[in-house]
Amino acid sequence: MNKYETVFILTPVLSDDQMKETVEKFKKVLTDNGGNIENEENWGLRKLAYPIENKNTGFYTLIEFEGEPTIVAKLETAFRRDEKVIRFLTFRLDKYAAEYAVKRRAVRKAKQEERAAQEAAAEAAPAVEEAPKAEEAPAAEA
Amino acid sequence: MAQENQRPNNQGEIRYLTPLSVDNRKKKYCRFKRSGIKYIDYKDPEFLKKFLNEQGKILPRRITGTSLKFQRRVAKAVKRARHLALLPYVTDLMK
Repeated sequence: MNKYETVFILTPVLSDDQMKETVEKFKKVLTDNGGNIENEENWGLRKLAYPIENKNTGFYTLIEFEGEPTIVAKLETAFRRDEKVIRFLTFRLDKYAAEYAVKRRAVRKAKQEERAAQEAAAEAAPAVEEAPKAEEAPAAEA
Repeated sequence: MAQENQRPNNQGEIRYLTPLSVDNRKKKYCRFKRSGIKYIDYKDPEFLKKFLNEQGKILPRRITGTSLKFQRRVAKAVKRARHLALLPYVTDLMK
């Protein structure tokens, strides 16, 4: 069993539902072939550094998974058969990369929680946020 | 011409009281070794831009000071980022 990481770019013409459906399809390819999905990240619609198939944006998705080496070929044939995929990259994680991936996951999770906490705080007390702003303004003028 | 030959000796040669330090440049170092980075992430194009010139070409080791081991990894990360359109293959005025 090796650890792998794959990133693929989907065409921007898809709707959000279609995009999610496609991602699910590839996840199914992995799980059907004995893969174990460890992490999934959706980077959303991003600008491409150069046009691919005359498109300037694309939906990026990252999947980290564990599986036998044969799984990669199966995943890549699935990518090639699907017209919605405009670019993909799959590679094996070495020990340093695996360490980094675990750390990155933890950082991202912490950030998400922080953001959620902030949003919750903002919702709970919107009046409190406005009050300090009003105080700040005269201070800046002085 | 006869006059030039008669010039006093002390003007022909410049002498300094303290010896000049000719090689005063900072020593280059490998930033990955120094800060203990073991894996270079291709997903962070802003970081990788430090190793590219304005045209998006990979800078040589003699300029960045990166050790050979990490230069290989930088190159790999840059190439992966290019494939995924996180970095351009060719460009002008990137910075």
